[in-house]
Amino acid sequence: MRVPLSWLVELVPQLADRPATEVADLLTRAGVEVDEIVGADITGPLVVGIVREIEELTEFKKPIRYCQVDVGGDKPQGIVCGATNFAVDDHVVVSLPGAVLPGGFEIAARKTYGHVSNGMICSARELGLGEDHGGIMVLPADTEAGADAITLLGLNDPVLVTEPTPDRGYQLSARGIARELAALLDVAYTDPADLELGYESEPAATADISIEIEDPTGCDRFVARVIRGFDPTASSPLWMQRRLAAAGMRPISLAVDVANYVMLALGQPMHTYDLAKLTSPITVRRAREGETLRTLDDVVRELDEDDLLITDGSGIQGLAGVMGGEVSEVSDSTTDLLLEAAHFTPQVVSRSVRRHALLSEAGRRFERGVDPALPPAAIELASQLLVEYGGGVAEKSAVDAGSPKLPGALPVGPAAIGRLIGVSYPVDVVRHRLHQVGCTVSEGDGLLDVVPPPWRPDLRELADFAEEVARLEGYDLIPTTLPLAPAGRGLTARQRHRRAVSRALAHGGYVETPSASFHSVEALDRLGVPADDPRRRLVKVANPLSSEQGYLRSTLLPGLLATLGRNIGHGLPDVAVFELGAVFAEPESPRPAAPLLDPVHRPGADDLSRLDAALPVQREHAAIAAAGAAESAGWWGPGRPVSWSDAIDAARLIASSVGLAVTVRSDSLAPWHPGRCARLLVGQTTIGHAGELHPAVCEALGLPKRSVAAEVDLAAVLDAATEDLSAPRISTFPPASQDVALVVPDSTPAADVEAALRAGAGELLEAVTLFDVYTGDQVGAGRKSLAYSLRFRAPDRTLNAEEANAARDAAVAEAGRRTGAELRSA
Amino acid sequence: MSGPNDPYDPKEVAALSAESLADAVRTAEKAFAEASDLDSLGALRPIHLGDRAPVRLAKREIGALPPKARADAGRRVNEALAGVQRAFDERKAALQAERESRVLREEAVDVTLPGGRRPVGARHPVTTGAEFIEDVFVAMGYEVAEGPEVETEWFNFDALNFQRDHPARGMHDTLFLDPPENGVLLRTHTSPVQLRALLSRPLPVYVVAPGRTYRDDPYDATHLPVFSQVEGLAVDRGITMAHLRGTLDRLAEELFGDGARTRLRPHYFPFTEPSAEVDLWHPNAKGGAKWVEWGGCGMVHPNVLRAAGIDPDEYSGFAFGMGIDRSIMVRNGVADLREFAEGDVRFTRHFGLEA
Repeated sequence: MRVPLSWLVELVPQLADRPATEVADLLTRAGVEVDEIVGADITGPLVVGIVREIEELTEFKKPIRYCQVDVGGDKPQGIVCGATNFAVDDHVVVSLPGAVLPGGFEIAARKTYGHVSNGMICSARELGLGEDHGGIMVLPADTEAGADAITLLGLNDPVLVTEPTPDRGYQLSARGIARELAALLDVAYTDPADLELGYESEPAATADISIEIEDPTGCDRFVARVIRGFDPTASSPLWMQRRLAAAGMRPISLAVDVANYVMLALGQPMHTYDLAKLTSPITVRRAREGETLRTLDDVVRELDEDDLLITDGSGIQGLAGVMGGEVSEVSDSTTDLLLEAAHFTPQVVSRSVRRHALLSEAGRRFERGVDPALPPAAIELASQLLVEYGGGVAEKSAVDAGSPKLPGALPVGPAAIGRLIGVSYPVDVVRHRLHQVGCTVSEGDGLLDVVPPPWRPDLRELADFAEEVARLEGYDLIPTTLPLAPAGRGLTARQRHRRAVSRALAHGGYVETPSASFHSVEALDRLGVPADDPRRRLVKVANPLSSEQGYLRSTLLPGLLATLGRNIGHGLPDVAVFELGAVFAEPESPRPAAPLLDPVHRPGADDLSRLDAALPVQREHAAIAAAGAAESAGWWGPGRPVSWSDAIDAARLIASSVGLAVTVRSDSLAPWHPGRCARLLVGQTTIGHAGELHPAVCEALGLPKRSVAAEVDLAAVLDAATEDLSAPRISTFPPASQDVALVVPDSTPAADVEAALRAGAGELLEAVTLFDVYTGDQVGAGRKSLAYSLRFRAPDRTLNAEEANAARDAAVAEAGRRTGAELRSA
Repeated sequence: MSGPNDPYDPKEVAALSAESLADAVRTAEKAFAEASDLDSLGALRPIHLGDRAPVRLAKREIGALPPKARADAGRRVNEALAGVQRAFDERKAALQAERESRVLREEAVDVTLPGGRRPVGARHPVTTGAEFIEDVFVAMGYEVAEGPEVETEWFNFDALNFQRDHPARGMHDTLFLDPPENGVLLRTHTSPVQLRALLSRPLPVYVVAPGRTYRDDPYDATHLPVFSQVEGLAVDRGITMAHLRGTLDRLAEELFGDGARTRLRPHYFPFTEPSAEVDLWHPNAKGGAKWVEWGGCGMVHPNVLRAAGIDPDEYSGFAFGMGIDRSIMVRNGVADLREFAEGDVRFTRHFGLEA
């Protein structure tokens, strides 16, 4: 809400002489956010001018006027103007040479269109008075030529731009903001809505109009009053135009301006109808199937059966609380008015606002809650202003239909407030602060009986009242202490393990680069992920950030590989990155919708499992990607390019950091090179894949050839992680080492040979190391020689040669049995 | 050659005279001193200490002496021998030391040559920042709670007292899963973990919950649609807003250094009452100490406690939340939030392993 400081001063005189920044600080401390302070950036001479002569210059492409304007001096000033919405004798705002308008726009005498222009006739926008650039600003006739227009228009009046929180609809009015300020200054406050009503209220009808509320849950109050003999050409007083303009609303006509003004002043949205275009009775009801309404913004809207409508005998007149219709709009010939001030249920308005994407000042207030006691005062204030400035007669009776539910008394314990805030507020303080926010406070049975004001639907229970007391007393007065939490159990094993994985990868040379959690279908296409791959069970975002982010990621690789490429593009060719993060997938059977549960009670186990059943599969993954050199070249010699084995080692690192060993099998899976792809297992569980990327993938992603990657189901790793609580027995007896070279077909995995050696060697085996792989003439085509060093050791004795040889022979025999390995002859 | 019973003939045993022994020792000493390296010293050893060395030859003559003269001659010979040996050893030690120091000198390298053969990894500041915050709270007895990134509306909004059709829901620009009417979304804050913690743990509950959160926000210098928050929650008997303030001050001090503190500004969050925004006094800010917006907090709304089956008359609680990226941004003077999301390794590397 944009409100001029002078308006607040009018309501709270004690604010006089306080700079706007101080007022803004006060409001901020009370929870009313002040986004900015605008205005007061205009310097004179800016004066009222009376147009004495207009010479139309017709030789130009657009109409140009050369005017003689009386600015209070000896003779009129010649001023060139491009607007045509004024006539001789109109009073206008003239900026004379030397004036500086908002935006640093300096005015000087200059020759233009063949004449010297001694200044400028201003529009409202040029003066910073709103967005109206339709033409120059015409002032009321009672202004004097030469009078200072800065003071007259309040251009030296700063405007506070506030952003009330959604629970405080009352702050969307001068009335509400002024009340906060009065409480903060701890001064008395006079409510501008506290008006004596100049009319009698009838529950359903007057001689002119009858009101029927068909839907009391949507509308619990509807006040309507007729004004006859109104002068449709009357314009709003300057002070009103100024306040409207400051609020960002364009002054239109007195009838419209008054409705808007009352809304700004009191917070009550109003509507003004052309009585002649209405057919009594007026009915408030829900829309029916197929109904449409052309709203004031000239859009035809298909109505929903949930929409609340104002209708009359001839049809639909407006979407309740949101926007009126065109049919009964007041025009420049309207002499008889019907004023409406009603109370609509916030939820109903809120749904209509969102359904029709129809943001309006009225809707903004109703969906936050409007004071249901306010309509009579709003009607009174509007009537007074319309009669005063537009003539006419307000009818002596008005309809006040409906019966709003006003809040009742609630017991509030001052001590309980103290217990929640941590400050023992004296009872008097509690009573005083609650009174300031508008509550009626009386002594109850050991507690205070507090009736919240009708504009505070948010005051429902102790915590709400506690907030009012605490914020007005000041949050700064609350002491600072630490609670005494019971001894906790520290991080869970899973949490410690996750950290271990993260640290291990970083120590292993990988740099953590988290990426966004989205990717596209095309991202999987580029990786060559086949149609039936589980990673294709993508979870779709209904309103994605962009088309490239249409789905939740099912794998970390698209993001990580993009990061890899971006770094290479930044001139960093040797890159190794990692990410730990969630991936998502649709479950095999479709997810049910989440149940709608009453949030007032703790859900049962069934409900909780139904809630969780609505969620997609979410799993933590870990991934690495690397390109360039694994070890860099330098004074020590050549470097080593990253290879498929680095990716597998990274997966081993992940597993070993939580005490697990990985088994490796060869596999073929996108996006990896089919001959350089490892499936990684812990026990019998596949935990991921690693290896060199498929050349086509490197090509498609613009990555260097032989880039590598690994992706691991971190959740599975963490599930399997165990903390081995046993200790090894370290034998100090000397080892017996034996080397064997085994010849196997090329296709036999080394891992199988090693597993066989381990199995065959028995308990005496301490370590197996593959120290050489040889292919060539000596072993024959299609075969390779694997040279292993076996280290044997006994826990309790020095092994003799016979024992070591026997163990070695057993190992070789088992390798031969399982893989056909033959001992290579020397 | 004299036999054991040969009569004593001083002429024949001149080699045993004090003069000749001393002469042999001097000769040896001189020769050793002139040896310039271990090899030439080694070559002198057989001459002066070997079987044919003068002193050794003299020793053989002892038998020719009358028994009463043998002891005296033996002592002289042994002394002379020890003298030669000592001279040899001393020279050898000296030459060895000389050689060692030369070799070591020759083996000297330029230790200022650069390292970096194996690249250095690093962890992202949001990861280490989250761990840092976890550790601050774990030290105070809190536990680390977790929850899913994709949540139901019930956990993200309903149970947190966001009324349906209330504009407060619009404060969060929510990303929904398709179809939106199924009520499943990307959590807009870490606050749903409050409910998950309260529903799964016995009271009292003291938890801290960092995690990834999502909003339909622009991607610019001050907004990230995917960002990280940390949630704190304490629900116990007698929890007050003073505890909240104290806890926030502690976290501020740990994260931003001595002198950091917080200030609360009244605000509105559906799931807390009273509610406040947290401003941080950042004593070490670039360009001077100042207040910066940090997060949101408040006393857990009674309706949130009710949704977890907790009696708000018996228990109270506080909750707070702040952006982790934003906290690091403030602490380390990061100019643009996008640095956290771009994945440039130079950014992460700056923070090392435990920043």
